Amino acid sequence: MEYTRVCNAILNGTAGTLLLHEGLVQEFIPGGIPVESTPGRDLEFDARNCHLLPSLIDIHVHLRDPGQEYKEDIASGLAAAASGGFGRVLAMANTDPVNDNAGITGYMLQKGREHHPHGPFLHPVGALTRGLKGKDLAPLAELAQAGCRAFSNDGLPVQDNELFRRAVEYASDLDLKVIDHCEDSFLSVGGVMNEGRMSDYLGLKGIPDVAESLQVSRDILLAAYLNIPIHLAHISCASSVELIYQAKQKSIPISAETCPHYLHWSEELVGGYNTLARVNPPLRTRDDVLALRQAVREKVIDAVASDHAPHADFEKEVPFAGAPNGISGLDTCLSLVLDLVRENVLTLQDVIRLMATSPGELFRLPVCSFAPGDPADFTLVDLEKKWVPSPETMLSKGTNTPCLGQTLQGRVMVHFIGGVPVINRLLSQP
Amino acid sequence: MNWIHKDLLDIESLSPDEVRHVFDTSTRFMEINSRSIKKVPILKGKSVVLFFAEPSTRTKTSFDMAAKRLSADSFSLAATGSSLSKGESLKDTVLTLQAMKPDALVLRHSLSGAAGFIASHLDCSVLNAGDGWHAHPTQALLDGFTLFNHWQSFQGKQVLILGDIAHSRVARSDVQLLSMLGCRIRVCAPRTLLPRGIHNWPVEVYSSLDPACLDVDAIISLRLQLERQEAGLLPDLREYSSRFCLQPGHIQKAASGVKIMHPGPINRGVEISSSLADCGDSLILEQVSSGVAVRMALLYLYLTRSKPGQEIPEE
Repeated sequence: MEYTRVCNAILNGTAGTLLLHEGLVQEFIPGGIPVESTPGRDLEFDARNCHLLPSLIDIHVHLRDPGQEYKEDIASGLAAAASGGFGRVLAMANTDPVNDNAGITGYMLQKGREHHPHGPFLHPVGALTRGLKGKDLAPLAELAQAGCRAFSNDGLPVQDNELFRRAVEYASDLDLKVIDHCEDSFLSVGGVMNEGRMSDYLGLKGIPDVAESLQVSRDILLAAYLNIPIHLAHISCASSVELIYQAKQKSIPISAETCPHYLHWSEELVGGYNTLARVNPPLRTRDDVLALRQAVREKVIDAVASDHAPHADFEKEVPFAGAPNGISGLDTCLSLVLDLVRENVLTLQDVIRLMATSPGELFRLPVCSFAPGDPADFTLVDLEKKWVPSPETMLSKGTNTPCLGQTLQGRVMVHFIGGVPVINRLLSQP
Repeated sequence: MNWIHKDLLDIESLSPDEVRHVFDTSTRFMEINSRSIKKVPILKGKSVVLFFAEPSTRTKTSFDMAAKRLSADSFSLAATGSSLSKGESLKDTVLTLQAMKPDALVLRHSLSGAAGFIASHLDCSVLNAGDGWHAHPTQALLDGFTLFNHWQSFQGKQVLILGDIAHSRVARSDVQLLSMLGCRIRVCAPRTLLPRGIHNWPVEVYSSLDPACLDVDAIISLRLQLERQEAGLLPDLREYSSRFCLQPGHIQKAASGVKIMHPGPINRGVEISSSLADCGDSLILEQVSSGVAVRMALLYLYLTRSKPGQEIPEE
């Protein structure tokens, strides 16, 4: 095989042909210029006017493996990533056992390679503290050596400010970032949804937004004091956005992500005790959604991550307060963000920035810019294509998303990683 | 009136006319309850499961007695002693019950929304006997019915609800019912026992008991759960009772003939003084009697909804 030719593709608004060679981008040739092909030796794709997007990077997923493979495993999680347009994912450490040693990190990496040799690629996030218990530091150097890309106590955030400070300092020696799930666990104690009108009405214990923004302010102050970058996970409310904005004005080394659910849905979705809308941090108010939309557009928030948190059906089929937190997001994340392009909140370039370029810069991972010599990691996305998330169309084991059964628009039709099509939906439809 | 509802989950799904119909029906059962033989055969052959996954004495007994007086067969199921204590999920327990084809299920559960959850999996009627902090519609209806027997009209009546509003299903359902019927509602509690968004409720908020009692026509005192102190919402019971225990002195500021109510069980000396609980204006025991009649009315309405015209026998 000499070349792979992807014809009739759109790159930054320009139609053309993308030439790949040995897993790398050779050239993008604008226009309908016929390109000499060698029949029988070249592989040709008709992209049918799909848009070229780089392979995306999801910096916040839970793959549940090892330990809870009934919810998801590395094979199914990475398949969902491929399907959703993600070529790389950062997998959180709250597995069972916890990813707080080189053995678990090695297991995760090996299983990823075994099931998805061409990608998507799994980048483990090591536990910040041993067993995620928030008591003492995990062996961060050992984890870094084994292949962890960042450290986080996601899900069980470190409340001890001294320990958190030392963890951030220690990680900086290793040149890896700490990702903080910002939650004051005293303020959020027992809470199952946003505190406000809906929680009062439903008789559910609420989590105030200050449980998040108080911890955001701690992290900003520490980042400034130590002059060490800290990354803030899944920001959900306007009060956090305001603090991050101010920090960035002062050039404090802070970065932040939010998730598609916070950009779309508010606490009203919990009405009727909808357990599919139970997530932590909780869905907030309409004003918070609007503030987050503005923040992703204006680069106050750097990235959009899925916070992919798959659960089994039966775990969500319980009364609301007994249901686990989390939304399955790898399959649907891109479609939900593309909604914002149709609503003129974002441009397609913003989507690439939020879901590929910025995540790549934050965690030093390669992103295809379609320049000659770039890795051929990209997707062909049909912006018009409608699809309905269901157990049949989602590749994650977890179908726990409010999108279930709803019509979404925008679909990855082909996903190339290293020039290899790991997803190809064009084949099945002539 | 043709009863259209399958389930009774909360108050807000009822219209004022329907509430009025529940009161009228309850009045007829009050009469039956005053007979020497209190049993009538209108629900003969019907089975009612009493599923109390949280401790309860009066509500459960009240439903049980209501079912038996209507000649329905009632079966009790508690969380301990059921498969729930063996780790069976609520859904599986309910599907198992469903397979036995009961005609109604009365549920008490510690989680808000549990009654709606169960109703979505059951073909039979579900009557919510209290779910978490969410709703206790039969308590609200019996509170309303008790006052109705004294007042006839609720228009312009002022009702004070005193105590732990935030964690109270009774408060939520009472506020919905009594404001729907035309009452003006006040609440009085320390800020830590009020919902964060209390300003969105159709109530006036008081943090001090003296002004809260001024000119009110009824006072519903709520039980203080001792776990609120453990959660750090109160310093201790002594301080709570010094600020919020309803005393004879408060009653003097209220309208004459003020009605004193409490859903029970009472912590005497914590939320209501012992003498007031037993005083002539106290409707606390009347609430219990009304409760049986209201629950008879509800079982009757929900279990005969497919066969309108089933008459309550005259004496």
